[in-house]
Amino acid sequence: MFKAIGKQIHIIWSQIVTLWMVFLHLFTKADTVEYPDVKPYMFPRWRGRIILTRDPDGEERCVACNLCAVACPVDCIALQKTEDENGRWYPEFFRINFSRCIMCGFCEEACPTHAIQLTPDFEMAEYVRQDMVWEKEHMLIQGTGKYHDYNFYNVAGKAIGGKGKGEAQNELPPTDRRSLMP
Amino acid sequence: MFSFEVGSLLNIGLVLVVGLVVSIMMIWVERRFLGFFSDRLGPNRVGPFGIFQVIADALKMLTKEDWIPPFSDKFTFVIAPMILPIVMLLSLGVIPFAPGIGVMDLNIGLLWVFAMAGLASYSTMLGGLASNNKFSLLGALRGAGQMISYEVFMGISILGIVILSDSFSLREIVQAQTDGWFIIPQFFGFIVFMVAGMAESHRWPFDLPEGEAEIISGYNTEYSGMKFGLFMIGEYIGMVVLSTLIPVLFFGGWLAPFGLEFGNEIISGLFWMGAKTSFFLIFFVLVRAALVRPRYDQLMSYGWLVMLPLSLVNLLITGAVVLYQAG
Ligand code: SF4
Ligand code: SF4
Repeated sequence: MFKAIGKQIHIIWSQIVTLWMVFLHLFTKADTVEYPDVKPYMFPRWRGRIILTRDPDGEERCVACNLCAVACPVDCIALQKTEDENGRWYPEFFRINFSRCIMCGFCEEACPTHAIQLTPDFEMAEYVRQDMVWEKEHMLIQGTGKYHDYNFYNVAGKAIGGKGKGEAQNELPPTDRRSLMP
Repeated sequence: MFSFEVGSLLNIGLVLVVGLVVSIMMIWVERRFLGFFSDRLGPNRVGPFGIFQVIADALKMLTKEDWIPPFSDKFTFVIAPMILPIVMLLSLGVIPFAPGIGVMDLNIGLLWVFAMAGLASYSTMLGGLASNNKFSLLGALRGAGQMISYEVFMGISILGIVILSDSFSLREIVQAQTDGWFIIPQFFGFIVFMVAGMAESHRWPFDLPEGEAEIISGYNTEYSGMKFGLFMIGEYIGMVVLSTLIPVLFFGGWLAPFGLEFGNEIISGLFWMGAKTSFFLIFFVLVRAALVRPRYDQLMSYGWLVMLPLSLVNLLITGAVVLYQAG
């Protein structure tokens, strides 16, 4: 009997302690920020709205290799390759359906040219669902994004107009196999 | 007609308007304080400090589709949510707010409050039964069991007060506390009454009839729009009634503590009554923020195995002391 009474007193005591500790939270500072008035600090590597960048010479970086579309777990990237007169590949259209994108960043990791990048912008709400589908002209920016010096065609072996075989950085001139005599 | 005496038109209007406004504002106050208790800010966007949040809530509820399920018992379904606010407002009528302020002065005021609290359980039961939904039925069953069992100790716990003040009239109970509040001789009665009162108005943590983690929303699962709003407002009026009843029964009602009376007795009475009521309103919000919901069997065994013996012992000791003092 006394054990039972002691147990009840312990129960009530623990409830009172809980009440007191929660009451003390009345005097602590709120952990939340008032979002539209106070913007939270967004880290540079935050994965938000997707952009397509240009190389330092101002040309489109994307070479329409489709690796991002393959890597995308929700298949929300659609693009079509085409070629300009210099032999540079670029996407004829590049479309991301942001109502399906889960901002996983796999496309950025898959991209061999640093063309597609995620930015810290997250305010992408729209009233019309169709407005969530972004085309190339909406995503293509003038700058280089996070990687300022990288120019894919300058380090790649592919020959384009104005740059022949063997002229890329760290690339040896092509070897004439028939002259490789012992 | 327009004078400060119990039952005058001015009094009726005052109690009705203030009671309703306070109950409705409690929705906002509760959300703000729940926010503060959990390190948030709560709703603070609509109007200064967010006080118009309630209007936004009401607009939302009124413009929602008011759906009556085709499988329900329509008449009972419509009646059930009306019962709760009506009986709660009726019990607010006997509360003495200050000398001369109040709607009715019944010599059985205490019994009236209990009768009304008993009727309030019909709202839960009928609502759950008429919805013709398994979860509503479970909620109604829980509500009925909880309210009926806790009403027992609630009644016994305040019998000590009736013995001490020799009256069922709430005004006379307040007058009897001029020499000392009943919280001191009736401390255990106070504890039982408060717990039972919370269970009676199914406030958190005794919201088992709703228990949204287990049975969706219990007895009001099928309710939408303003019918649900009536259940909610009824619950908040019940909270206000409970927070006025506790000061009246245990904390001297409108009587000022430590002789801190000022001005005329109506103003000072209203001030102290308001202060005590606000204290308990905030306390109930704190309880909601802090305590977890018990299991149903814990609720029942706690009631019958702890609360009932406690209230009976309290009653026996009070009676014995009063008889001994009477010689
Ligand atoms: S972030 Fe993820 S989901 Fe979005 S486009 Fe890139 S790969 Fe697809
Ligand atoms: S964005 Fe990158 S990965 Fe995608 S097609 Fe263009 S170059 Fe390839």
